[in-house]
Amino acid sequence: MTAFNQETFDSVADIIADICSIDRTEIGPDSHAVNDLGIDSLDFLDVTFDIDKKFGIKMPVEQWMEEVNQGDADADEFFVMKNLVVRIEELRAAKAA
Amino acid sequence: MKLEYFQMVDRVEAIDLERQTIRCRAQVPERSTVFEGHFPGYPVMPGTLLVETVAQCGGFLLMALDGYRRMPVLTQVVKARIREAVEPGATLRIDAEVQQVSSGIAAIEGRISLEDRRAAECEIRYRTMPFPEPALRDLVIARAREIGAPVTAAGPGGA
Repeated sequence: MTAFNQETFDSVADIIADICSIDRTEIGPDSHAVNDLGIDSLDFLDVTFDIDKKFGIKMPVEQWMEEVNQGDADADEFFVMKNLVVRIEELRAAKAA
Repeated sequence: MKLEYFQMVDRVEAIDLERQTIRCRAQVPERSTVFEGHFPGYPVMPGTLLVETVAQCGGFLLMALDGYRRMPVLTQVVKARIREAVEPGATLRIDAEVQQVSSGIAAIEGRISLEDRRAAECEIRYRTMPFPEPALRDLVIARAREIGAPVTAAGPGGA
């Protein structure tokens, strides 16, 4: 299983803080992007853009949302920061493979 | 161009699905109700419509890339510079290239030229979504054919 990466977390938190005008200190590994940080869908598009660009990946956000909407996954699996970081690490690893 | 109908692109002159670039042409009409208000006695193409023109040009590129499966909807004008007044009757060359295509999102950069002068440049982001109605997709494809955009299966780098 892919491990949490602090450096990736810091990069993602910096992106979110910058785009969403959120105090960086409020963003922790257990923060939920929507429920805790209040990121709306438009801001999340920008966050996705910058994360994709930063790490050279394509986060399948639509697929994630579909899984959540169909009850196949819990939103926390994708949108709690520590889980989001693990997803990003998985995508980076898949790309490098 | 039919400003009142938001038909901003007259012709796709070149499109490269590998390089993800497009070049379009558009003729600003001599007369339009838009010019009656913008501005009385001094007709000038509104800068917002120049941005829309670039957005539509980029939109046709994005749709050609993914085989018209998804509809790009403008979500953000990251940057826009209007460098020169565009008057009625002007012929515009519009160039755009894809900057990024991700899951349900896309970004392009584009510019409008008047002969060899750069009149406007934009950086635009879209949300891409399935067409809400098949009839709308049919209309868009018909329009794409009309202006010479390729209507084929998904090309490389599609959304």
